Amino acid sequence: MSEDFVRRMPGVSTSFTARGNTLLHLDVQLILLLILIVSYGLLILYSAVEQQNAPVNAQVTKIGIAFVVMVAMAQMPPMFYLRLAPWLFLVGVCLLIAVIFFGYTVNGSQRWLRIPGVLSFQPSELMKLVVPMILAWYFHDQHLPPRIKHLFWAALMIVIPVLLIAQQPDLGTALIIGVSGLLVLFLAGVSWRYILTVIGVGLVSAPALWFVLRDYQRGRILTLFNPERDPLGAGWNIIQSKTAIGSGGLSGKGLFQGTQSHLDFLPESQTDFIIAVLAEEMGLVGVLVLLGLYVLLTGRGIVIAIQAQDTFGRLLAGSISFTFFVYVFVNIGMVSGILPVVGVPLPLVSYGGTSILTLFAGFGMIMSIHTHRRITL
Amino acid sequence: MAEPLVLKDHGEESQVFFDRIIQGFGFLLVITVLLVARMFYLQIIQHDMYSTLSDKNRIQVQSIEPIRGLIYDRNGVLLADNIPSSNLTITKERVEDMEETIAAIDALIGLSDDQIESFKRRLGRRQRPFESVPILFRLSEQDIARIAVNQHALDGVEVKAKLVRHYPLGELMAHAVGSVRRINEEDARKLDAVAYSGTNHIGKIGIEKYYENVLLGQVGYQRVETDARGRIMKVLDANPPLPGVDLVLHVDAGLQRAASDALGDKRGTVVAIDPKTGGILALVSKPSYDPNLFVTGIDFATYKSLRDSIDVPLFNRAVQGQYEPGSTVKPFLALTGLVTGTTSTEYTIEDPGWFRLPNNERLYRDWNWKKSGTGGHGRVNVQKAIFRSCNVYFFELANKLGIDRIHSYLSLFGFGRNLAIDLPEARSGLLPSKDWKMGARGQIWYPGDTLNVGIGQGDILVTPLQLATAVAMLANRGKSVRPRMLRQESVVEPSFIRTPDQPSDIDLVPESIWDLVIDSMEKVVHRGNQGFGENGTAWAYIGRGIQYRMAGKSGTAQVVGIAQGEEYDEDMLSERKRKHAWFVAFAPVEDPVIALVVLLENGGGGSQYASPIARQVLDHYLLGNSGVAAVGKKL
Repeated sequence: MSEDFVRRMPGVSTSFTARGNTLLHLDVQLILLLILIVSYGLLILYSAVEQQNAPVNAQVTKIGIAFVVMVAMAQMPPMFYLRLAPWLFLVGVCLLIAVIFFGYTVNGSQRWLRIPGVLSFQPSELMKLVVPMILAWYFHDQHLPPRIKHLFWAALMIVIPVLLIAQQPDLGTALIIGVSGLLVLFLAGVSWRYILTVIGVGLVSAPALWFVLRDYQRGRILTLFNPERDPLGAGWNIIQSKTAIGSGGLSGKGLFQGTQSHLDFLPESQTDFIIAVLAEEMGLVGVLVLLGLYVLLTGRGIVIAIQAQDTFGRLLAGSISFTFFVYVFVNIGMVSGILPVVGVPLPLVSYGGTSILTLFAGFGMIMSIHTHRRITL
Repeated sequence: MAEPLVLKDHGEESQVFFDRIIQGFGFLLVITVLLVARMFYLQIIQHDMYSTLSDKNRIQVQSIEPIRGLIYDRNGVLLADNIPSSNLTITKERVEDMEETIAAIDALIGLSDDQIESFKRRLGRRQRPFESVPILFRLSEQDIARIAVNQHALDGVEVKAKLVRHYPLGELMAHAVGSVRRINEEDARKLDAVAYSGTNHIGKIGIEKYYENVLLGQVGYQRVETDARGRIMKVLDANPPLPGVDLVLHVDAGLQRAASDALGDKRGTVVAIDPKTGGILALVSKPSYDPNLFVTGIDFATYKSLRDSIDVPLFNRAVQGQYEPGSTVKPFLALTGLVTGTTSTEYTIEDPGWFRLPNNERLYRDWNWKKSGTGGHGRVNVQKAIFRSCNVYFFELANKLGIDRIHSYLSLFGFGRNLAIDLPEARSGLLPSKDWKMGARGQIWYPGDTLNVGIGQGDILVTPLQLATAVAMLANRGKSVRPRMLRQESVVEPSFIRTPDQPSDIDLVPESIWDLVIDSMEKVVHRGNQGFGENGTAWAYIGRGIQYRMAGKSGTAQVVGIAQGEEYDEDMLSERKRKHAWFVAFAPVEDPVIALVVLLENGGGGSQYASPIARQVLDHYLLGNSGVAAVGKKL
């Protein structure tokens, strides 16, 4: 195809030719950043689990599996995900409904589906990818910016899974999935007028939301503003994590030297609150390094979104990248006491396989978008 | 008009997308700066403060146990108290070597293998750091002294005084009040960790269980500064616990004692209800056990002997025991017969000592049936059927009523329903019906089944509490009540009291039916000197010298079936196969203030054995120790 027929995004240089490793459909920069963050995370985890090998090995295995999934997903062309999106959405919504009837309850939330002896999983985890996919699918052949009629259907695609997940109740995941869907709308160019209207309505109706929340969710919000309110329960976590972070100072107490985390004062130090271990032992410097890596990784995803050649690719890559950073913000925000504790893990670092798998699968799709190009420049 | 075809404008779309991505990235940088600023604030500006806080984390939050609410009887007699107990506690984080420390404690005061095992279990449980765990309760003075002398060698080990539950009346109130137990691992998983952070016990049975949330109180906490060994140097601030609510019960400890004494060593139960309120005045189940044994942990041998005893002392016969009611259902059947017009005051039958269904060989015998054919009650009307407890009359009546009508009227009185409000162990008995039999046994209902129900035998089962409630409603002439323990209901949330299944009042037309049946029950006790076969069944045993008017009905429930053609011969049966003796009563008839049920397991005939106990209990309640009528005072 001749160069003359290609209209390019203004301001974007035309000089790039090599798009990662097109043979294996991988993006070297993304992979390098992922490996850096994951390794850094394993080091923190090793400290958080009192330098035991077993949990770290288990985590390495999970990361290995997630990595293989990512590479495999990168090999499929974006067209594959485009065609799959509506079906995945239907299956996902059905599974979320199935959770209401057949799900089992852990810690008061009914989130899991279990096929005895085979596997158990949270359908809400699947929806973290499927919601951006379905919206990108919906907009890919439409005139953009979307008109009000289309916004209605798009809103339904967000609201249905979000409500199903919020009732489990899993407010943290519901909010994040809602945000990932809204990000697609934002990237699709929904007029600022609509965005500001929605934000305005949201702010006005926020007090009403208070009555919908369950007691423990209200408790978390009240505790955020005043941790002393409940120093034996939820407030304990925030008091202890702030103490851990604050006592770290500029350069930290030294790796494996954190007293808060090692004397068991810090709750959930391997999962949601792991950033406090980093902050205590490696100080502000250690936190800035991790934040820098996160910004670079998100930035790389954004560059790929800009370079994507069709609407589906750029919306999906853009939403996944920004959502990734939303995780970072919500987790660090809650551990440092500026957001309520909503149970969002620190991406790529917290102990646990499910979240890692979802994240890597998302990056697999980003790489697929980047390396399967119809137009070779 | 057709919609205009809108073509995708890729150029415009790309431009919009690019703008949005840049705006999004700008926002991302803003929130990154926000996070960095927050970290900078915590780690640089507030570093000194947090550094001090974390320095060996000398500042701790400790929970303070709330004082459990007390339980009183209606006259203010203390039924459940809290008394100090010296407990041995261990703070895990301060112990250098747990094995060594336990060995040292063992050397000092001697521990059994069981105890060591349970320490380790308790110490293995998750909890907040630097919280002391009680591992041994009620240390003796000697043990306390031994630990104190060797304190220097026992880092992390302390003797702490704590309040624990104590039941001053011991066995007497065990089944009425229930008891608390130590929180075990299973409980701990289900409980609100914060609410119970200072508490080691939880109500497991009876009132203690039902009103657990009210009795518990609210945990308090204090922030303290400690030295390196965990000793408190300074209390920084404290939020005192809120004590639990004290409860006043309907129970009358004096009456409970009288009922218990009247039962003596026999296995059985006495339930007394105030018919006006449904308040339970006495709830005795014998044999009983000392609930104090369970509070601080019972050793396995004692527990096993209680659990495996053939007399099942842990079993609350009054609310959990389900027995055939025997003839005590007859007054209720008579009411049903009269109100449905199935029988009348004038209607009589000739009782030859047996009843036979048409086209059926089987003889349904009266209780005074003789092989010789000399049994039976002669001519019987409804009143005599009650005061002589004539089976044949009720066989015939039940047969005419049919099980459907019997079921619908008896369930009005609470048969087959659990009406108890705050007795969590109470069971609902069984009021059989056609549907029930088909569902439970897959069989159709036979007319013979109805005959058995007509004299309170066969499939019908009641708990003593249930029967007492039915008698209370009868004494009330239909005003329904639900049995309850708590007297001061204002101290708890209405949801504790207002539960579904509220029975409705029973209206009988004409009202005189109540008078007739109650009068017949009065005759059971007071009709005497009328010659053989004409006196009330209980008169000979309790009817003489009685200072108030009492209505009663005896009952005798078979434990084993008696073959066709055989007489029941008490001496031939081993003790455990003898009949259960029932007596139900209320008094004074003019204005009943107490309804009562006595059950003697394997006690024999109801009139002979159970009615004297009922009289003794009623005498105590109505006459007091002085033997003078004191009804007014008791109101």
